[in-house]
Amino acid sequence: MPTSETAPPRADGGGQGGDHGGDHGAAEARGAEGQGSRRVSSSLVLTVVLLLVMLLQAPIGRALSAPLMQSWMTVFVAIVVQALPFLVLGVLLSAAIAVFVPASFFVRALPKRPALAVPVAGVGGVVLPGCECASVPVAGALVRRGVTPAAALTFLLSAPAINPIVLTATAVAFPGDPEMVLARFVASLLVACAMGWLWQRLGRTEWMRPPARPAFDGLGKGAAFWGSVRHDVMHAGGFLVVGAMAAATLKSVVPESWLQAAAGNPVVSVLVLGLLAVLLSICSEADAFVAASLTQFSLTARLAFLVVGPMIDLKLFAMQAATFGRGFALRFAPVTFALAIAVSALAGAVLL
Amino acid sequence: MNRQAQAAVLFLIGVAVLRASFTDLYLRYVKAELRPLLMVAGAVLIVAALATVWYELRALRAARNGAAEGHGSSGHDGHGHREPRVSWLLVLPLLALILVAPPAPGSYSAMRAGTALKPLPAFPELPAGGTLRLGVGDYAGRAAYDDGRNLRDRRIKMTGFVALDRGGAPHLTRMTLNCCAADAQPVKVRLSGRLPPTLQPDTWLEVTGTYSSKRAKDPVNGGVIPFFDVTRAAPVKPPSDEYEG
Repeated sequence: MPTSETAPPRADGGGQGGDHGGDHGAAEARGAEGQGSRRVSSSLVLTVVLLLVMLLQAPIGRALSAPLMQSWMTVFVAIVVQALPFLVLGVLLSAAIAVFVPASFFVRALPKRPALAVPVAGVGGVVLPGCECASVPVAGALVRRGVTPAAALTFLLSAPAINPIVLTATAVAFPGDPEMVLARFVASLLVACAMGWLWQRLGRTEWMRPPARPAFDGLGKGAAFWGSVRHDVMHAGGFLVVGAMAAATLKSVVPESWLQAAAGNPVVSVLVLGLLAVLLSICSEADAFVAASLTQFSLTARLAFLVVGPMIDLKLFAMQAATFGRGFALRFAPVTFALAIAVSALAGAVLL
Repeated sequence: MNRQAQAAVLFLIGVAVLRASFTDLYLRYVKAELRPLLMVAGAVLIVAALATVWYELRALRAARNGAAEGHGSSGHDGHGHREPRVSWLLVLPLLALILVAPPAPGSYSAMRAGTALKPLPAFPELPAGGTLRLGVGDYAGRAAYDDGRNLRDRRIKMTGFVALDRGGAPHLTRMTLNCCAADAQPVKVRLSGRLPPTLQPDTWLEVTGTYSSKRAKDPVNGGVIPFFDVTRAAPVKPPSDEYEG
């Protein structure tokens, strides 16, 4: 998958370099030449696929008319359409950071000591008015701009949960329980900072291995900006589709009565809603409303849903793996999940 | 996927999103508030596609001018960078949106989920006199949690789609939307009284009738499903926004 990326084109013809080690780059260059015949074909494949689907529209339509298939497709398209504007927003921001904001800005803006940079980055998450689809590309851009990974990860986790839009949505969704907003803010910020500090203590740089990415320096600013937008949309967009497919499958296959059975036990209900948040992959701007509708569950269980969802879910995992590497995502995701569950249970006990 | 194909996919997704947001198609999936954002996103994707083609052509021209150098790495400029294969998946929502355009969730989804009726602290007063036009959710809420106050002895009109439970009992249903169709939840009202002999699921009805104090329990989540006594039921066209509230 991500390894099929090849070396970046260089306008100056200066050969391979940039992100790639020498051997690596050379190997990739050979790969690109070896794929010479296939290179021409991906436009062709796309044309053929589009033509075939147009021609076979009627039989395909019939095959998809079963209610289960239709409900699957509706949920699938809805998640993609809902997330797309926020993905585009995040991608534009990330391209702007990469191209127009000099790396020295972040060096000055964040405290020198990583231990202090973490909470600053966590609170800084307030300024990104989007959902988690926007924060992954932005956090990736921050790391590439030399921000200490611990701080960038804290930002990644806190931004989608504590920005004003999401907190407003939470307040609207829980009109009778204003303390829910406070609990969500506190618990999310705590988990984000704890994960940042944990990464600073235990994290190893080699776990974070972002897939090769085209180097856009050496190009004009316009070319670099749009090159980055194109790359991020194709990349993160593809993984968004994976997450949307998983969530649509869950939504249209698992019966709701299973959830009823889980709501009875206080411990099980917290775990189940945390797990549900992972599987459903709902946008953080919408999850408060879904949580509000799960009335059979306790407020603490619903808080777990709201804290876990923006930090780790199926589509986020796919997107994190794409941005920071699979080895990173496999370690980061379970710890985030466990910590988010524990902190929400604690915050629920104290605040709710 | 090479850059030409990427540009084509970006362009087509942009066009599909713009088309959906200029027609009422987008209302099947998301809330009306998202419209301006969808338009901006569609436009940005189209610009990104055009920019890709533009820089691609420029790079090709530059490569041709510098071709005298022979096998320079610039010869690969146009095609060198390929996105991972997962990018191909972007074709799926594109096809789904352009060719299939799946409908808003209907009776199948409605009957799988429990009714989303929540107690409200207060119900606003209703206009006096004449036939009362109510949303399905409004009627159900007042019937279940306001004891039908203000509803008794009134002629009431509601619009929704038909959904049949396992026993075949007809319900008038509307989906409510918080954010997107993925979180759509049904509100159900059980229909009794003078109904057409056969009711097809997913047909849209305008029902006229009166409040009934009977209630049923939703088998999925134990929620309240109030009854409605129908005197007249007429098929109608689905509204452009099929969601309520």
